[in-house]
Amino acid sequence: MSSFIIGSLIVMAVLAMLLGIVLAVASKVFHVDVDPRIEQVDELLPGANCGGCGLAGCAAAAEKIVAGDAAPSICPVCGDDARAEIYELLGMSSEETEPHIARMLCGGGTGCKDKEEYHGVEDCRAAVLIQEGPKACHFACVGLSSCVEACPFEAIFIGDDGLPHVIEERCTACGACERVCPRGVIAVMPAKRTVWVKCQSHDKGKVVNKICKTGCIACRRCEKECPVDAIHVIDNLAVIDYEKCILCGKCAKVCPKNTIVDLRARRRAEKKAKEAEAAGKPA
Amino acid sequence: MLKTFQGGVHPPEKKELARDQAIEPFPAPPEVVLYLSQHIGAPAQPAVEKGDTVKKGQVVGEAGGFVSAPVHASISGTVKAIEPRPHPLGGDQPAVVIESDGKGEWAEDVNDERDWSGMSASDVRDAIQAAGIVGMGGATFPTHVKLSPMDGKPIHDLVINCAECEPYLTCDYRQMIEQTEEIVAGLRILMKATGAENGWIAIEANKPDAFDRFVAATEDDPDITVEMLEVKYPQGAEHQITAALLGREIPSGGLPLDIGVICQNTGTTVAVYEALRYNRPLIERVVTVTGEGVERPGNLRVPLGTPVGAILEAAGLRDGVNKLVLGGPMMGLAQYTPEVSVTKGTSGILALVDAEVYDWRACIRCGRCVDACPWQLVPSYLSIICEAKNVDAIQASDIMDCKECGCCTYVCPSRRPIVHLVKYGKGELARLRAEEQDRKAED
Repeated sequence: MSSFIIGSLIVMAVLAMLLGIVLAVASKVFHVDVDPRIEQVDELLPGANCGGCGLAGCAAAAEKIVAGDAAPSICPVCGDDARAEIYELLGMSSEETEPHIARMLCGGGTGCKDKEEYHGVEDCRAAVLIQEGPKACHFACVGLSSCVEACPFEAIFIGDDGLPHVIEERCTACGACERVCPRGVIAVMPAKRTVWVKCQSHDKGKVVNKICKTGCIACRRCEKECPVDAIHVIDNLAVIDYEKCILCGKCAKVCPKNTIVDLRARRRAEKKAKEAEAAGKPA
Repeated sequence: MLKTFQGGVHPPEKKELARDQAIEPFPAPPEVVLYLSQHIGAPAQPAVEKGDTVKKGQVVGEAGGFVSAPVHASISGTVKAIEPRPHPLGGDQPAVVIESDGKGEWAEDVNDERDWSGMSASDVRDAIQAAGIVGMGGATFPTHVKLSPMDGKPIHDLVINCAECEPYLTCDYRQMIEQTEEIVAGLRILMKATGAENGWIAIEANKPDAFDRFVAATEDDPDITVEMLEVKYPQGAEHQITAALLGREIPSGGLPLDIGVICQNTGTTVAVYEALRYNRPLIERVVTVTGEGVERPGNLRVPLGTPVGAILEAAGLRDGVNKLVLGGPMMGLAQYTPEVSVTKGTSGILALVDAEVYDWRACIRCGRCVDACPWQLVPSYLSIICEAKNVDAIQASDIMDCKECGCCTYVCPSRRPIVHLVKYGKGELARLRAEEQDRKAED
């Protein structure tokens, strides 16, 4: 009995040795050089696989960056620190990038009339296939949350006004929302642009006034008010030239339809309201 | 056994509403809206300006290319505006708006009897192109393009599609009864233009009187065969009618031309005859006004550009209409406003009462849509991958073979909007391909 056990042990030991030798030889013969930097770069990338770079996930981006096929700045999501580290790792000089953010370019929502009852597939791109979508304005946000679904960072939600809202702290400017929007009313732009026109309609003012509470009616008051000649009504829509714009917000103040957003003025007002509330409460 | 194809459905026909109403001319409206895009292909370019006086049959829009068709004034009067107006296909599209002068005068160089027997095949095609004739079943593909020979593919069979398989519609049927001779003459013209040896007239079995008329009219012509087909939707689709009639299948992504066949709609054939015989451009068409919401259903010869609202008003609307469809109930398009106007492809105006709205649920994989699909696709699977936005699966699927006939949606017990999902999937596919092309162009 014991000889049987000893015999099989010897057989197993010999087999293990032989296989070990085969594996050792194979690892030498079939050795593949993996650049250790790929893994390092991959670790520095956000790992959300959002596709913002246009490649199949972060690992693919890391491979391309190390191979030199893509710029280390290809990832729109990573912060400046991570980007600087990637540049350092590759021995390249880093460059500062401007922070970007997704902004809504339509203020319609519930203030924009519906022209039909829509009972189809709940998706913006499916809805615009049928009679240009349920909204009376053919430039407006459809509001069926394609961007919300597309956002890999859960940075967008549909508010009570029927419009998508971007949570600034979460938005990484990957551009996934911009790519799925059939109307192009959500767009990634430099975060420092605190003044922008929240309308994309090229319809005539009379038409816009009838169907939307906040659409640009091309009244040109902003044009007259602008101290640096940076805003112009082109094809029935106010357009800001950011080369000239000094973000003073005067256009937003005079806009009769509140089409132009001035983020800084809005924040100031919110702060004031909060302070007033805080001051009012104890009394 | 009547000839037919595999798959398909048989919805209630509802043709009795309007089938016995003879075609009546609809009086010229005070204003017509002629869209510059009433066909597949490049939109027409305006040939008149605001303020111009135009006469009936005058060109108001020149063809914008080879795959395009001219648009002619359907009434005489003055051009009021050239501006975007709501289009039945969705959105506002440029249109020539003509205000009537009430005279209905024809332009000088049209509406004359002529002898077409001496014309060559290419002359016939040119005349059809000049008359602005497009497929009047609803697809509105320019007829001259369809008839033009393509890289050495000979045409053997010319099929006049008299199936009219869409429920409710009777405009083709009325023309079969009232204009039998014209249709047969049109078929002969088309055979001449294409060099086809065999002419076919294919009729669904629910129109036996039309069948008898055609048999009588073609008795002495051995080249023309009149055939009766089973009553089934979509018997009138090109793929299905060729499969039923000739037993030949059109390859995936191909045209009837690939198997030496051309199919023409009944109304188109009449228009071809009138264009050749009387030099009359396409400025009016027969439209069936029907549905449970219409007091006086009928078949009307309507000048193109007539507002749908005016026609409905004349026919009388009942209470409770909650859906307006242009075309048949299976493939027609629901409208949000009666302000749209009749185009070359408007075969029917349907006012439906108490059209139900359904909630839809998950696919239960019962397979009814698979049985019904006349293209032998698996609609349930297509709807699932489109719903999941699985672009890889969509790309690998045969989704482009779907012609959106709606049989699957009609039979689905889960009330899934399969056609809408497939439409969405096709859109995604097109977007993906465009993106890929952009990337290639960048590289």
